[in-house]
Amino acid sequence: MERDGERIEITISSRFENIELVQVIAEHLCENAGVDEDGSHWIGMAVREAVANAIKHGNKLDTAKKVHASFVLRGSELEITVADQGEGFDPAKVSDPLNPQNLMKTSGRGIFYMKTFMDAVHYSFHPGGGTSLVMTKNLAKGSGFATTKA
Amino acid sequence: MKATSRTVGNTDIIKLDGKITIGAGDQQLREVIGNAVNEGKTNILLDLSGVTTIDSSGIGELVGSYTTVTNRGGKLKLLHLPAKLNELLHVTQLITVFEVYENEQEALGSF
Repeated sequence: MERDGERIEITISSRFENIELVQVIAEHLCENAGVDEDGSHWIGMAVREAVANAIKHGNKLDTAKKVHASFVLRGSELEITVADQGEGFDPAKVSDPLNPQNLMKTSGRGIFYMKTFMDAVHYSFHPGGGTSLVMTKNLAKGSGFATTKA
Repeated sequence: MKATSRTVGNTDIIKLDGKITIGAGDQQLREVIGNAVNEGKTNILLDLSGVTTIDSSGIGELVGSYTTVTNRGGKLKLLHLPAKLNELLHVTQLITVFEVYENEQEALGSF
């Protein structure tokens, strides 16, 4: 990430044990870009959730299907793309995990994590199949994210 | 993830070490709590000091564990939250659900 705009990419098969490979790349890239340990951890966590969703909900654990991740730093703006080969989903149907009715659900917090730890999260669905998730984070803004702590 | 249990009075303290993440520790946590409940244990204190990483699946299993124990008439409380897990419980507002302790004796006395 020393050269502005350089792209780093990795493609993995849809196995949970591969998630950490992508997460570690994200954390190292952030650290190399000067992000502190906590900030790198939370960005790595957002990447973990994105890849986990791509494997589980996108590719439905089909190991023949791939998850592709790319990282690009332009100035202080980090752009992370995670793409699967699944059938897509309707983001509008993703429930709010902070809604009291959903608080005790055992799933449904992954996208919330991504939105919490990153500045922006966007999905695009390809006509031939596959979903691309693009997350961005301005590394110059620091690692903070809003919590509900008193 | 590794789980070790000990009993103090009427409470079982289960110490978790390692990762509670999708496809690995999350399933183990479910089994550990399921086994404890099936053995009739109702007061469970989860010592999380050794947890190094927890993702949304791990958090989900913590919630599931709480529900499993509560539905059997028991209580599940948390001890020694690592800083990042503490932050996650705050951002997910689950801190309002769990009873969390930093002192083991205080936690044991609360059952």
